[in-house]
Amino acid sequence: MDLALIWFLAIAVLWTGYFILEGFDFGVGTLLPFLGRTNTDRRVMINSIGPVWDGNEVWVITAGGAMLAAFPAWYASLFSGFYLPLLLILVALIVRGVAFEYRAKVDDDRWRARWDQAIFWGSAVPALLWGVAFANIVRGVEMGPDQIVTASLLDLLNPYALLGGLTTLSMFTLHGAVFLTLKTDGEVRVLARRAVGRVALVALPAAIVFLAWTQAAYGKPWTLPLALGAALALAAGVWLAVRGREGWSFTSTAVAIAAATVLLFGSVFPDVLPSTTDPAYSLTIANASSADYTLTLMSWVALVALPVVIGYQSWSYWVFRKRVTREHIEPTPAYGGSAPSAG
Amino acid sequence: MEALDLARWQFGITTVYHFLFVPLTIGLSVIVASLQTAWYRTGKHEYLQATKFFGKLFLINFAMGVVTGIVQEFQFGMNWSEYSRFVGDIFGAPLAMEALLAFFLESTFIGLWIFGWDKLPRGVHLACIWAAAIGSNLSAYFILAANSWMRNPVGYTVNPDTGRAELTDIWAVLSSPQSSSTFVHVLAGSFITAGLFVVAVSAFKLWRARSGGDGGATTGEHELFRKALRTGLIVTMIAGVLSIYSGDNQAKLAAEYEPMKLAGAEALWNTEDAAHFSMFAVGDTEAGNNIVDLGVPYVLSFLATGEFGGTVEGINDIQATYEAAYGPGDYTPNIFILYWSFRLMMGFGFFGIGIAVLGLWLTRKGRLPRSGWFYRAAILGLPAALLANTFGWILTEMGRQPWTVHGVLLTADSVSPGVSLTEVAFSLTVFTLLYGTLAVVEAGLLWRYVKAGPTHVTPPQDDDPDHSANVPAFVY
Repeated sequence: MDLALIWFLAIAVLWTGYFILEGFDFGVGTLLPFLGRTNTDRRVMINSIGPVWDGNEVWVITAGGAMLAAFPAWYASLFSGFYLPLLLILVALIVRGVAFEYRAKVDDDRWRARWDQAIFWGSAVPALLWGVAFANIVRGVEMGPDQIVTASLLDLLNPYALLGGLTTLSMFTLHGAVFLTLKTDGEVRVLARRAVGRVALVALPAAIVFLAWTQAAYGKPWTLPLALGAALALAAGVWLAVRGREGWSFTSTAVAIAAATVLLFGSVFPDVLPSTTDPAYSLTIANASSADYTLTLMSWVALVALPVVIGYQSWSYWVFRKRVTREHIEPTPAYGGSAPSAG
Repeated sequence: MEALDLARWQFGITTVYHFLFVPLTIGLSVIVASLQTAWYRTGKHEYLQATKFFGKLFLINFAMGVVTGIVQEFQFGMNWSEYSRFVGDIFGAPLAMEALLAFFLESTFIGLWIFGWDKLPRGVHLACIWAAAIGSNLSAYFILAANSWMRNPVGYTVNPDTGRAELTDIWAVLSSPQSSSTFVHVLAGSFITAGLFVVAVSAFKLWRARSGGDGGATTGEHELFRKALRTGLIVTMIAGVLSIYSGDNQAKLAAEYEPMKLAGAEALWNTEDAAHFSMFAVGDTEAGNNIVDLGVPYVLSFLATGEFGGTVEGINDIQATYEAAYGPGDYTPNIFILYWSFRLMMGFGFFGIGIAVLGLWLTRKGRLPRSGWFYRAAILGLPAALLANTFGWILTEMGRQPWTVHGVLLTADSVSPGVSLTEVAFSLTVFTLLYGTLAVVEAGLLWRYVKAGPTHVTPPQDDDPDHSANVPAFVY
């Protein structure tokens, strides 16, 4: 098989892994002000993703690095062309990462409230903007023969892309709510189960219309099962969550995110960034890829490293498989003793 | 003012800022892992206290290193798209390897370490901090190999059909003398920084205890901080020797592969045999000569070539050579910045190493200095180390100008053509404000935790053989 095609698939795998994993921790962050009614409950929520969010985020760093190595032209046109959305994503990821680490370090309500804001915005903004970005990749952007994206910010905020953003935001939030039913107990779990139904009121219609639009406008015959599968898995996830089958529900929302991501990559294939100016200017798997030497090298590295990475990340999920509850939080101060008080 | 200028400012600001945290992550991860190893082997409570105390400071710093690192990767595509397009084949490979082989390791195991205290068997938990430390140190190798390639491009060819650079030999990139030498030098600098961090914190605690101020070491902690002080001094001392050794090696490599950087760092305008090492110079960069130049005879030739009479190329001659090779143009970097950043790097670096030498003498055989001056100097060692790192990078990156890839791609041709001045200005403003705010928050938090000290650490109740029955230590 063609090496460039393999790397197109590898990059699809990396983004799929990223959206499934960081999807739920974005969701938990987005739900923080709504489900975390007390500081203890907010800590239950944050600690449910505490040990894993950083490892989840490395998936996007790897995806970015892999795009640079395997498709330099794609990476160059995309990242410079989507300048302001990516800037916002970066700012969001910065404040969010720091917020997780710093929030509990000072025992002060105002301090915590600020970081809670940072976690909410830092989670919701990228959850929305990744959808906007990927919808634009599928839809194509204004791009001339020099491979420079000339689309303005307003062009990027077209209806299809905004629907894509709403879809990722609501799907990730749903995914996060289901994660909380699975990984917490007590008040948060009860509220999270209730939230699944409410978020579904947005997520299901948004996702169904977006998936249908994608399939109709950009899909191929073989991507139809993906579109249908994503919609069905999402609906099944909601139904299972309401029935209290939390593990299966989480599996379903993960499958829905995976199918939707693969649908997006399948729809853009064999382009990687279509040009709406003239299809002849489109970046394709063939014209954007690196030379064979780099692709071969990266294939070997990924073939050896990725299974090991998946192995130890899975182990870390297994180590932290227990539900987090208020009882775990209350008597246990921040590790190594209580945090110094403010002022 | 062009987008290019602001893109360069943003790269400089975000990179220097990122590198305030990185050396501490690299060095402190190993120091904390070593402290925990000592606790694991001896079971002494003070090692556990030290592990948790410095571990917490390490984590406050670690978070900043992680989040500012993502900016670095994205910025190549956002502001430097033509660079990425031209060299992605080569530059992207070590970057992707860094993520796959190092960042995953670091991030996953740091999570396991933070939350695994009561959850994992002690040996496994210890292995987690070591895995994270190995990840941090390994990541440095890949990114420095990529950086070294920009200064000394090897193992590639430019494809005449596509006009893009293509990798032909990854081993040439990963094993070039510039890569390994730079790695040792950066690692040495990182351990000096981490060592002086431990020294500064310990000196502060001991001094405050002595002077009776707020936040000093309690009687019970006194011995802990005396030992920590010694440990930090020893780490700094060893790393200092490595730093001097690798720094000397760097000068020789610069003479061979980046003569303009070396000449600029010395403000050596014309090629000389038996060149002197400049101590203080005032130059006329327009005319290309020095008005005042005081120095030590022969030393530059010796540093650059290993011989006192060796030939060192001068700026004006290299400029002429480059014009012949690459066509008309200005191939001279900013000599004022190179000259002074070189001196400031060495000055601050030697100040830090000097503290280690002096401190080891003053604290020999269980002694501690009585008067305050040593403690004050020891606390200043930390900013000195951070400044030495900063000026080192300014020298390296400014010394490569006007190239992004030496002799292959100009910085002016690397910038994103589709990104407007307004966009870069907005981005630069956002990062400057955000980074400034976070720096204040981070410094305040470190200060608070240094003052609080390790008294809160309680001995573990380790009578539960079934660790899986425990719940994680909830730290967030």
